[in-house]
Order: sequence, then C-alpha cells, then structure tokens
Amino acid sequence: MNKDIIIQVSNLTKRYGDILAVDHISFEVKEGEVFGFLGPNGAGKTSTIRMLTGLSKPTEGNAFIFGLDINSQILQIKKYIGVVPEISNLYDELSAMDNLMFMAQLYGVPRKERRQRAEELLRIFKLYERKNSPFRTFSRGMKRALTIAAALIHSPKILFLDEPTVGLDVVAARSLRNLISNLRHQGITIFLTTHYLEEADLLCDRVAILVKGRILVIDTPLNLKRKTDKKTLEDAFMKITGLEPEILAIEKGK
Amino acid sequence: MWRDNLRGIFYIALKDIKTYYLKPPAISWGIVFPITWILAFYLRNPGDFKELVPGLIAMTILFSTTSAEAVVINFELRLGTLERLLLVPISIGGIFLGKVLGGVIFGFFMTTVVTIVSVVVLKLHPNILYLILIILPSLFVFSSFGALLCVMVKEVFEAQTLLNLPRFLMIFLSGVIYPVSKMPCALQYFAYILPLTYTVDGLRKSFLISPDKSVFSYTLMLVGFFFLFIFPAEKLLSKKFE
Repeated sequence: MNKDIIIQVSNLTKRYGDILAVDHISFEVKEGEVFGFLGPNGAGKTSTIRMLTGLSKPTEGNAFIFGLDINSQILQIKKYIGVVPEISNLYDELSAMDNLMFMAQLYGVPRKERRQRAEELLRIFKLYERKNSPFRTFSRGMKRALTIAAALIHSPKILFLDEPTVGLDVVAARSLRNLISNLRHQGITIFLTTHYLEEADLLCDRVAILVKGRILVIDTPLNLKRKTDKKTLEDAFMKITGLEPEILAIEKGK
Repeated sequence: MWRDNLRGIFYIALKDIKTYYLKPPAISWGIVFPITWILAFYLRNPGDFKELVPGLIAMTILFSTTSAEAVVINFELRLGTLERLLLVPISIGGIFLGKVLGGVIFGFFMTTVVTIVSVVVLKLHPNILYLILIILPSLFVFSSFGALLCVMVKEVFEAQTLLNLPRFLMIFLSGVIYPVSKMPCALQYFAYILPLTYTVDGLRKSFLISPDKSVFSYTLMLVGFFFLFIFPAEKLLSKKFE
C-alpha cells in the first residue's frame, strides 16, 4: 500500500434488507488531504461514514484505515479518528467543559493534559466564555463547534465530518469552514460529506460523487469543472449525475 | 483493549450517576417508594417490622437499580448520545456494562443507607458476608434486567411501562410481603423463576441467628440471572445500531 494512503476502501457494500445503500465502492484517501464525499440525499454518504467509523458493519467488502481492518480492528482505528455526526449529539445537561472532559476520559487522554486540551479547544472554537454553560443552552452553530471540538479532544489524525454545516446560518457556516480549513493546515486528514457543492469546491482537494450508492467519479473540483466544461462544481455535479436535464426542464417550466 | 474498556465502563457509570441518578425522580423511586410500600403493608397488617426488613432491602435494590435505566438507555438512544459513545474506542459490551454499572453503584449507595438504618434502628445482627453475597449480585441482576427491558422498546415511556409489570409482579410473588411457602403450589414454582425470590430468601437467611449456607447457592443463581439478562441485552443494543 502507498505510504501516503491512509484510507483504502475496496468493494464496500451496505444493504438494509432489500435496499442497497452502498454499492461496491472503492476509493483511497491520502494523508493530509480534504476528501469530499458528495451526493444527493440517500446517495449513501452517511452509510459509508458509519461503516468507516465502526457504527455499522459492511455487508460486503472491506476498508483499511492506517492499514487496520475496519471489520476486525475497529477499536484500534477509533483511537486515531474523530467523528462529527450529522446531529450534534453531546450531553444536553453537561456543560461545554464537562462534555469535553468526559470525551477526554473515554479516549484515555492523560489526566494531566485533559483540562489543558479542553481549554485550548474551547478557546480555538471561541467557546471559552461559555465553558460552564450547559450544551442545551447553545445556539446551533455553537453546538456544531463544540461537537467538532469533542471530536478533536484526543488529537485524531483523521476527522470525519458528516454534513458539518447543515442547518447553520451563513455566518456560522463560514466560520466553521474557516475552522475546517485551519484543521487541514494542521495536517489533519479530513473526510467530509456534504451536499453543499460550493462548500466542497472551497474546501476539498478531491471529491467523489456518489449517486444511488455508487461512485460515479473521483477527481479534483478543478478537473471536474474542466472535464464537464462548467464554471461551478454545482453545474459539473448536475452534468455528471445526469440531473442537468431535470433542472433545465424545471427552469423552462418557469 | 481491556484497559480501554475498564476505563470506559468506569467513566460512563460515573457520568450517568451524575447526570441521571442523583436527581429527585431517581432518588424517590429508589428509596421513598420502597419505604412507602413497606410502611403501607405494615400499617395494613401490623406485626414484627423486623420481618419486613429483607423485603424492604430487596425492594430498594429492585427500584434503585432500575429507577433511571429507561432514561439512561432509551433517552440517550433517541438523542443520539448513546451512538456517540460507540465512536470511542470502547466495545459495545463495555458501553453497556458502564450503563449497568451506573445503576449498580446508585443501587449500592441506596441499599447501604436503607440496610444500615434498618440494622441500627431495629438492632438487628445480620451476617455481613451473606448480606454482601446476596446484595452485590442482586444489584447487577436488576440493573441488567432493567437494561434488557429498556433495549426491547424504543421510547422512555414504553420502557417505564414495561418495567413496571415485572417489578410489581415480583413484589407480590417473590416473598417481599407474603412468604412464598404460604402461596399455592403453582405460584411457588412460578416464584422460583423470578430473581427477586432469591434476593428476598437470601436476605432473610442473612438475618437469621444461625444463617443457612444455602445463601451460596442463591448467589450462584443470581450470577446466572445476571448472565441471562446481560448477553441478550447487549445483542439487542448492537442490533439497534444496525
């Protein structure tokens, strides 16, 4: 395996009864890159993240993260990854500081470093002033920021972000994108799912376009725009996924 | 890996005690409820209160360990916080044991208070070793029993309702108030498939002047019940995330 490749996925498949959510996908993610997983709702983005992070088992296929098998070595893998789920799911009753401390305890962050690391993250995410406020009193943007901070408490090498800016206002979304960009400069590999194509264009080094559980293409946003002769990633996405005629029909109907 | 699991079990239990158990509803279910019940039975049929002490302790174990179980599991499942725990390097069995241990520690605290107050006020002389041999496994049995019933349903209210049925059934059929030996034969057989019967019987024997060694066999039965509840509960929880 290439040294730079830290996620290697081959023929990964997830079936829920009769529904094929992820259909034999294969791809690789290089160290330090921001890899975007794009697709409409129900494309299989979240199902893929759930398999890669150990929340569900693949029906078929395999993936290796740092050379470790997700089917048999997932607990070891979890030490090196941070996950930000689509829903900000920290403890409502606990304060921002207590939430981070609890996560630090579970990840086995050394006792002496826990508080220091939590305070550092609260400062980075501009939540230090609210460190003693319960999570439930936070705005949606602040909840998102704290959820990302919780995923970074153990200094992971890969961060999985599932629809990080969903439901955020423009200012909160922009601030979050800046934070993601900063994390990338710190050398953290980022695996991002989103259906905001402008966001993917801004943040991602490479993107995979997923439709009905299958990867249609993997390339840089620039190459995708060039190959499809489109100015924006959104237009390129429409062309690649075959959604362009539908959009044109809707526009004509106007 | 076992060190990660042990650490996880401990901190999950600690967090649950702080967040859910040390709250008025859990405390009232865990301690006020059993005392009220016992007092009600005593006032209805006054006799030697000492005879009701094993039943009081057994009820405290049952209600304190299961008082917040529905919230700890079903509420967290709905909020997604339980799923968040699955993202940390701890096995699902470890997470589940952490949830069970929260109930056990809270139950231990409540049961200790009730036992000490009963022993001191009523000047009782129980066999401490026998008490421990019955109380400790019982705490694990009823906490895992509560957890099993909770993972069988989706909502907190469903879990509370489902938990009430066996809880009240056990109060009446396990010898808490009415001795099993005086029940009709068929009910006696039924009583011995209920774990609380072993807890009550074991506690009664711990309070006898010349304690009976059958307490050891009750301990084994209770350990058996614990495994009977914990394994399917863990399997059901794993299925929920699929």
